[in-house]
Amino acid sequence: MKILIIAEHKNGALSEAAMELFGLPFGQAEVHAVAAGEGVEPLAGPLGQLGVAKLHLINSPALASYTGESFGQALGQFIQQLAPDVVLAAHTPQGRDLAPRLAAVLDAALATDCIQVSLDGGQVTARRPVYAGKATAEVEFNGDSLKVITVRPRTVKAPEPDASRSVEVTEVAVELPGQKTALKEIIASDNVRPDVTEAAIIVTGGRSLGSAENFSIIENFADSIGAAVGSSRAAVDAGYRPYRDQVGQTGKVVSPQVYIACGVSGAIQHLAGMRTSKHIVAINTDPEAPIFQLADYGIVGDLFEVVPQLTEAAKNRNRS
Amino acid sequence: MNIFVCIKQVPDTTTRIKLREDRNGIDESDIQWIISPHDELAIEEALRLREQQPDSTVTVLSAGPERVTDSLRMALAMGADKAVRLNLPGDADSSMNARSLAAAIGKLGQADIVFTGKEAIDDGAAAVGQSLAVFLDMPCVTVVNSINYGDGAITCRRDVGGGSIEVIEAPLPAVVAAQVGLNEPRYATALNIIKAKKKPIDILTAEELGVTEANRKTRLKNFELPPPKKPCRIIEGAPADQAKELVRVLAEEIQAI
Ligand SMILES: Cc1cc2nc3c(=O)[nH]c(=O)nc-3n(C[C@H](O)[C@H](O)[C@H](O)COP(=O)(O)OP(=O)(O)OC[C@H]3O[C@@H](n4cnc5c(N)ncnc54)[C@H](O)[C@@H]3O)c2cc1C
Ligand SMILES: Nc1ncnc2c1ncn2[C@@H]1O[C@H](COP(=O)(O)O)[C@@H](O)[C@H]1O
Repeated sequence: MKILIIAEHKNGALSEAAMELFGLPFGQAEVHAVAAGEGVEPLAGPLGQLGVAKLHLINSPALASYTGESFGQALGQFIQQLAPDVVLAAHTPQGRDLAPRLAAVLDAALATDCIQVSLDGGQVTARRPVYAGKATAEVEFNGDSLKVITVRPRTVKAPEPDASRSVEVTEVAVELPGQKTALKEIIASDNVRPDVTEAAIIVTGGRSLGSAENFSIIENFADSIGAAVGSSRAAVDAGYRPYRDQVGQTGKVVSPQVYIACGVSGAIQHLAGMRTSKHIVAINTDPEAPIFQLADYGIVGDLFEVVPQLTEAAKNRNRS
Repeated sequence: MNIFVCIKQVPDTTTRIKLREDRNGIDESDIQWIISPHDELAIEEALRLREQQPDSTVTVLSAGPERVTDSLRMALAMGADKAVRLNLPGDADSSMNARSLAAAIGKLGQADIVFTGKEAIDDGAAAVGQSLAVFLDMPCVTVVNSINYGDGAITCRRDVGGGSIEVIEAPLPAVVAAQVGLNEPRYATALNIIKAKKKPIDILTAEELGVTEANRKTRLKNFELPPPKKPCRIIEGAPADQAKELVRVLAEEIQAI
């Protein structure tokens, strides 16, 4: 079996979620990776250390920034030549935009946002959440056409880079005529913390914070443990936080290792975005708040008292 | 303009999900069905565009069994001009859905713009819009939270994660997938809901659309509910002690910090 990993990168570095893909259980499969962009040669170093047989580089000025159209065309052409059995991408904003385009162009089967992928013994199986994490289902692939699979970030651990490994690198030429869409501008985020979709720990505040200023309590705690700041929709609607922080059905879907909900009731639409977190902590004055039904650890108390103490305790621990 | 909107009918988020006995799907008997939330934004955007461009027609499409008629009627009640049901099984995969929608749009006339939701909240695949665009040979802009309509082209802002925004220009016809922030969907009035009950809903069969089971690439099976949660461990004590204990748990038991 031949597997191709799409190595997403940004500002010259491999994305964390893409590196994780190399940690999937591949069995005896022949694993290839591809990086597309402009000036991607320096990625050969770090990619070679992740243990793939072959690395393909698609270099073109037309690929300097991602657009679904140009990357779809470039990778579509390349994948047709390589003819792998499985294409893997991370379920990041880029991967989720790209994979369905590739599936359509290549007449492939598509399974997005998978939380379990096994490629052992020539058998491909995948499992994905459905109904906003209220259940999971196995994806059965019909026939043996190409399978395009995106994997939810933090599903597997990235392998340790091994400097003694080397990789065979080939340059791939593609033709990208007649691009219809044009990327005019990128307005970079002013977020100084990790994004909620990428963070290993998220500290979320709800309506009960009462003001944008009070969110500094949440921010300070988050900073003391290197966490992202999340928000309920009620806090976003009240103008306490930007929409980018919103977790839930109409916000981001997250799966961190730890999710700490402070003054969040645990409405079903909020749970839809964080239900699959590995460990859930709830801090709430109301012992009957629904969030406690999902939480692994709980503190019944006033967040204005407890959270500053948590910041202190975390800082003390860092110092010792 | 000839405006199309693709809507998917999904279980309401607040519905409890029960599995079928064979575990190859969910028990649909007690489900409350709704239009997937992002698809309501897609409908709203189409209606606003028609208000700007009075000669426009808004056609709403939904692929699915008889039950999706209710959602199509709700879209008519919101203000859509026409509704068409593509008669496909409820468990059609994104390949079948995208193919049938592309075929329907091809049949129903030259589209100027096609709106979809960012993702449907049942499968959360975020796939049909992009695939549909490939089949229609149209550009596709996903996760769009604002659109500027120009002469034969649109300029969209898309949400690329972490609060960053991309500004994309695309010529029409194009497929645009709606994200939160694009607009606030209107409510259908009670009167319009009653009026919509009498409006005709056209049906296109899978055969007419040239879509068969052979187009099915995946099928979901062996559904599982999450394992029952262990009861929450409540950390007691004064705030300082609770904090110390929780930080210890994070550091030692979970090893997250
Ligand atoms: C279509 C739709 C989509 C939605 N999408 C989302 C979504 O994406 N994300 C989302 O979050 N919501 C979403 N919602 C809204 C959701 O239903 C809830 O209204 C929202 O999550 C509530 O936010 P909250 O928990 O901050 O506020 P509340 O529900 O008001 O809860 C506040 C909590 O804080 C506790 N509290 C108060 N004071 C303190 C204190 N001093 N210390 C500790 N605890 C305290 C209270 O006991 C309470 O449990 C959606 C709703 C709809 C209808
Ligand atoms: N069966 C369907 N009928 C009509 N539109 C659909 C259907 N399935 C998906 N869509 C559209 O495609 C978008 C993305 O769906 P999905 O790929 O399932 O997450 C939805 O928000 C709808 O706009």
